[in-house]
Amino acid sequence: HLATSLPLPSERDHLRPRIDLIVFMIDIKSKYSLQNVEASLAHVDANFFLGKVCFLVTGVGRVNYCSVETNAIWKLGEVYCSPVLFCELELEGIRVATAQRLLRMLQICAGHIPGVSALSFGTLMRNSADD
Amino acid sequence: NADPQKTAFLLRKQWTLYSVTPLYRFSNAHLRDYARLLSAFIAAEKQKGLAVEIGVELDIKVAVSSLPDLKGSDQDQAAILVQLSLRSPASPKNSEEKLVWSGWFCCVSGDHLSETVPEDFTCLPLFLANGAESYTSIVGSWFQKTFDCCFRRLAISPLNLSWMAAMWTGCKVDKTTSAMELVFSVPCLPQPLDISYAIHPEDAKALWDTVQKTPGEITQEEVDVFMDCLYSHFHRHFKIHLSATKLVKVSTAIASAHCDGIIKFLQGQYLTGVLMLLTELAISQIQ
Repeated sequence: HLATSLPLPSERDHLRPRIDLIVFMIDIKSKYSLQNVEASLAHVDANFFLGKVCFLVTGVGRVNYCSVETNAIWKLGEVYCSPVLFCELELEGIRVATAQRLLRMLQICAGHIPGVSALSFGTLMRNSADD
Repeated sequence: NADPQKTAFLLRKQWTLYSVTPLYRFSNAHLRDYARLLSAFIAAEKQKGLAVEIGVELDIKVAVSSLPDLKGSDQDQAAILVQLSLRSPASPKNSEEKLVWSGWFCCVSGDHLSETVPEDFTCLPLFLANGAESYTSIVGSWFQKTFDCCFRRLAISPLNLSWMAAMWTGCKVDKTTSAMELVFSVPCLPQPLDISYAIHPEDAKALWDTVQKTPGEITQEEVDVFMDCLYSHFHRHFKIHLSATKLVKVSTAIASAHCDGIIKFLQGQYLTGVLMLLTELAISQIQ
């Protein structure tokens, strides 16, 4: 399910399946995308921040197009206790690899991987990022 | 600080920016020799058929000099200026020489780079060129071959351009100044669209003065607040989110900078300040 911002329209609430993972996409070339994500975060239930939220930063291939400070994004990840992934959508290899990572995360968040909970995985990801 | 008269010729010209890795075994004492060698190199390139001017045999004179005033701290290397002039064949001795290309290397407050390189290397990370690209290419090749260094075009990101916009807005200028102009390029459109946002310099300065807490110091948050104010003002009037576009050019009374790495210095008194910022950008591109 794709949305340009939160909250999701309430009319379709009863038709919507359970949401297992929320990926907030931030385009490093657009300050607006960061502000949009920050505004949308306010509409997310606190329970999601136990491993069911992640930030995906796109457009990192071109350093000279940077309109968003990376520190601001790391801080966001820290404040919301959620992992930050970086990728470049224009490169097919990275696009595919990122999609596979997200799919894996989704499987864990949906409880399909026995022995690994969303919270433990999220903590693992954040700890490895700190290293 | 730089003597304004000596550096006046650097103002109001468009300079293309490059970052340069440290030069191996470069010496200030051999500038005349370098001029001779470069001159021979250019002549040789022309013989090879890589001539820049077709037809008439034109004599290129090379001058390499030092600009000792252009530096930040004592540890900085003095700036080096290279100038190419054309002597017309008509009256080779007395004829006027026409300056066709200038390029200069400089380092302003580049301590964190110069402290990390070994003895034989000279740190002049910023290179500025004005004139035909073909000459830049020839001069660049000679320096790369002779001093084992590497030139790269220095691009300026929108983040850095915003920083420049905020910094330069805060500078005091004596005479009535030109408007502050920001140019944005709108992405994802079938035809390219540029938005030009001009702000009265006094309004811009008044806004910056309310944002900046400590004079002489600028933080990223202050730059963000400054830019956000400008963006919301624009959005209120035109319903366009400038924050979703790419900032490509900033023009103020102090200087104007383009994201492709092109700069124009407009005020002599702030020349060293701008060079310090550009040196920093060049160093981060090298490292």
